[in-house]
Amino acid sequence: MKWLVATVAETIPETASAVTIRLDVPDWPGHSAGQHVDLRLTAEDGYQAQRSYSIASPPGSAQLELTVVRIEDGEVSPYLAGDLDVGDQIELRGPIGGYFVWVGSDDRPVLLAGGGSGVVPLMAMLRHHAATGSGAAMHLVYSARTAADVLYQDELAKLADDPHRAVTITLTRQGDTGWAGRRGRVDADLLADAGWPPTVGPHCYVCGPDTFVEGVANVLVAMGHDQRNVKTERFGPTGG
Amino acid sequence: MTTTPFDGNASAGDLADVFAFDVTVARTTCALCGDTRPLAELHAYIRAPGSVLRCATCGHVQVRLVRAEHRAWLDLTGVSVLQLPVASA
Amino acid sequence: MGIVNRGFKGRHRQAGAGLIPPGQYLVDDFPVLTAGPTQFTPLEEWDFTIVDESGTQAARWTWDQFRTLPAEDITVDIHCVTKWSKLGTHWRGVSVDTLIGNIETSAEYVVAVCDGGYTTNLPLADLLDGQAWVAFGYGGEELESEHGGPARLLVPHLYFWKSAKWVRGLQLRTEDEPGFWESVGYHNYGDPWREQRYWGD
Repeated sequence: MKWLVATVAETIPETASAVTIRLDVPDWPGHSAGQHVDLRLTAEDGYQAQRSYSIASPPGSAQLELTVVRIEDGEVSPYLAGDLDVGDQIELRGPIGGYFVWVGSDDRPVLLAGGGSGVVPLMAMLRHHAATGSGAAMHLVYSARTAADVLYQDELAKLADDPHRAVTITLTRQGDTGWAGRRGRVDADLLADAGWPPTVGPHCYVCGPDTFVEGVANVLVAMGHDQRNVKTERFGPTGG
Repeated sequence: MTTTPFDGNASAGDLADVFAFDVTVARTTCALCGDTRPLAELHAYIRAPGSVLRCATCGHVQVRLVRAEHRAWLDLTGVSVLQLPVASA
Repeated sequence: MGIVNRGFKGRHRQAGAGLIPPGQYLVDDFPVLTAGPTQFTPLEEWDFTIVDESGTQAARWTWDQFRTLPAEDITVDIHCVTKWSKLGTHWRGVSVDTLIGNIETSAEYVVAVCDGGYTTNLPLADLLDGQAWVAFGYGGEELESEHGGPARLLVPHLYFWKSAKWVRGLQLRTEDEPGFWESVGYHNYGDPWREQRYWGD
């Protein structure tokens, strides 16, 4: 898979520790919602580091968007989320992965479960759902540590204002006395409330840190969802 | 079974240089326990001298990939059957 | 090499000044690389065995017995095939000379076996004469699980994949048998000073 050269068109702060990077990528072949790219950074002495990032923008958008959460002591994310300027070039390859993808070719309901930065590929799916006017029911369950960590909060509220889409955000850390929304981990009760019975055969996409993914996927299968309907993507160590 | 930070999705970029098809939707049958599932769900160890994909059920090493500058080595002896997507005949 | 990312530094490292093998750089941290899940063997279940070329167990120590063996403090440089090196790392361990002791053998090769299934192979001669240890201490502390504790092989004159984590024994062999990485592209011997990283190097 060839490495392409992308140019940073814009950087948009999302939270105190997360930035969305908009990239111009000549010869971009297009992508599906849920896919990712590999980024490669090269230092002046030739040292290279490579990481995978989910594409946040839906298929068909003019620019490629990635949302990077800065990890304390991370090797790559502090550079991407802090030092990149408009006009900088960066190597990337992709789109990668046809497994963790929602194309919307059927009307089956879709349950999305994201932990921390795992919400990024699910955001691409939500944006694709909105852009195509899909009639499938779609519900995002998004677990974040604190209100300050929630990505895309305003846009999620707008997207949820639609008969076919719903968003439930749950915070897992104590504090945030101003938060009127849900608290606690994503558990069987929340998944049953937000999702659909296994007999309906909904698509389920689970993304985030490994413990989140393992936990939620196991719960969905224990609830009776066919394992083949539960797609998972683990992100390496994250701040989410 | 301990959990791991990465899965087969994270190895897909490296494996794309080796296979002509999308490996994430390929399904592997573990040579040790017979578990069959998409390669994307295998447990991946990518912070290593090479990439190692292990069975999500029993931990058996299914895939090993080592890349040098102009050569790569691939060991699939931990996979007894690989189901891959092909264009319709 | 195409694009250079201005301002990207990556993990803290510096070029060595003739102190390190070709193609390496020095790091401040101690990277953790692994081919599988971290192993957590309870000490009461741990033992270390040496099996000779006839398949006979020639020696065995429980953890308590192992810790009564004479141990040394060693300071060595280590070099990973993924290009990082650390100078002057401090370890505490039992010399493999002590472990092999008076075992009679005509074996020329060794396979180190580990919890989790990892293996690596070496010539027996490279484990003797003060070149190798089974190390249980690093930096003045007990060796952490993610760095191979309770004990790992330490063979600093070869690339660090030969310093097998979670080591549980040595098998003496008359025939060489490539280990986990040696069987899938990594060099059978692995001398960092001759940059023997891959097959054919």
